[in-house]
Amino acid sequence: MESPFIEVVGLFKSYQRDSLEIPVLRNITLNISQGDFLAFMGPSGSGKTTLLNLIAGIDKPTSGKIFIAGMDITELSETELAVWRSQNVGFIFQFYNLIPVLTALENVELPLILTPLSKKQRRSHAETALHVVGLAERMHHFPRQLSGGQEQRVAIARAIATDPAILVADEPTGDLDKTSAEEVLELMDRLNRELNKTILMVTHDPRAAERARFIRNLEKGELA
Amino acid sequence: MELFKLLIRNALRHKLRSLLTLVGIGVAVMAFALLRTVVTAWYAGVEASAANRLITRHAVSFVFPLPLAYRDRIAQVPGVDEVTYASWFSGVYIDKNQFFARLAVDSETFFDVYPEFVIEPKQFEVFKRERNACIIGIDIANRYNLKLGDMMLIEGDVFPGQWEFVVRGIYQPRDQTTDPASMMFHYRYLEERVRQEMPQRSGEIGWYIVRINDPDDSAAISREIDRMFANSRAETKTETERAFQQSFLSAASAVITAMNIMSFVIIGIILLVLGNTMIMSARERTHEFAVLKALGFSAGQLFFLIAGEALILSTLGSALGLLVTLPAVEGFQAALPKGWFPVFYIKPETIVFGCVSAFLVGLAASIIPLRRVLTTRIVEGLRHVG
Repeated sequence: MESPFIEVVGLFKSYQRDSLEIPVLRNITLNISQGDFLAFMGPSGSGKTTLLNLIAGIDKPTSGKIFIAGMDITELSETELAVWRSQNVGFIFQFYNLIPVLTALENVELPLILTPLSKKQRRSHAETALHVVGLAERMHHFPRQLSGGQEQRVAIARAIATDPAILVADEPTGDLDKTSAEEVLELMDRLNRELNKTILMVTHDPRAAERARFIRNLEKGELA
Repeated sequence: MELFKLLIRNALRHKLRSLLTLVGIGVAVMAFALLRTVVTAWYAGVEASAANRLITRHAVSFVFPLPLAYRDRIAQVPGVDEVTYASWFSGVYIDKNQFFARLAVDSETFFDVYPEFVIEPKQFEVFKRERNACIIGIDIANRYNLKLGDMMLIEGDVFPGQWEFVVRGIYQPRDQTTDPASMMFHYRYLEERVRQEMPQRSGEIGWYIVRINDPDDSAAISREIDRMFANSRAETKTETERAFQQSFLSAASAVITAMNIMSFVIIGIILLVLGNTMIMSARERTHEFAVLKALGFSAGQLFFLIAGEALILSTLGSALGLLVTLPAVEGFQAALPKGWFPVFYIKPETIVFGCVSAFLVGLAASIIPLRRVLTTRIVEGLRHVG
């Protein structure tokens, strides 16, 4: 049997508030295959975003293991994790998180700075990514000159610019109107189907979750 | 897109804040450079001192004269190369505010011992032949529009009476540390009148300048000279020219110390101004730095962004400050009574120190924001609301 692309084993995460330990995730075990599109749903405070952050390598678990393509990322140092993220994970945030002083093209080019690509190659990759999200004609616009939906599409272009295997999306449609949300979800669906990206999405929106192939619910830090 | 472009855009993100920071740093750097220049001007005499010159003066005070007869005895001390002398003439030229040093000197030897006063040989020959001739510095010539052959009428105070001099030489200072605003005339001209009008003061000079062969022997030679005149009616005190010049500063030492301290306090103010700006900038961008960290940017790259921005602001601010320092120094000098600081220039060391301080302050100002950015967890940074 083929081993899963993402394997979460006995994951616990708790936060310390003064002397109080607040458990957020309890004994999460989960397997995700390459090319899956998985949506995490659940009420606020159920631990969806924490689980996503742990799999994306921007947070560390209290205990448990996370294997991605066979590598235990919980054993990596901060520096190693940073390098790993730059090569394997693309981030899509609810509020886009574009750098306001950079144009769409420059924002997409940003993660490519961390690659050994030449300046010309970086620009070419960034243009291609913007072309994929349908914003080639807005590449020289600053974020403030774009609509919310366009900003999120630029953020998606930034997420795919380095061609990562995993895309993590935290409420990607949470700040968008219905039409823009549909466009973004359609785009993510295409990235999953056509480019075989493994997508992990946290959402409150049932319509967004419908786009995923699988939905996992979390409640009080446990998978339902 | 290079990271440097992001650095520049960040530095210009809040134009008004950046501008105010630049002006703040610029004003502080100008104040620093001005204070250092004033301190330098105060120490100009010390800076101009030669290691191979000793000053022999009256042991009680500089204001008491010494007998001219000491000259030959001093000249015989082993290690002494040449002995010359000078007397403080003082006097009033035009009005009391027009101050510059006026000295009666032994014209045969004085300029040998002080090669930093550069005079054309022809002018010097004419000067030596004429009893009431004088040599003035280029600054005096420019200040009073004096030319060779012009008369200078000075009202004596230490040596009362009307004194007439003819300008026969205009000296150029050898370098920036040399006083360009002094006047020297023949001691024998002074002595002639003193002998007639104040005979009790005849045969007296102000101090000796002793050129020695080896500066390492200065202590031994000084002791030997002072030993020769011990228990005489005019005991001497011999010291290096540097120590002699420094003794003039002792009265103003508190002021100079205060200015020295102030100049370094100003560096601290620059640090606070820039540090405040950088802390505000980094806090506002907590979210963006968290995004960069999530994308995989390293601590070194974040250091480049934060320290680079601080260095750009500190460097531009310092450049602005040093740019306005030149007119500020000129304006300051113009506002002072003429001759107050005969040597007044911005030392290259002041500029270098200003630039180095700006660099270090830029680095120091980025420590706190950098530490905050590096220690903030990515998930906390992403939750941050600026």
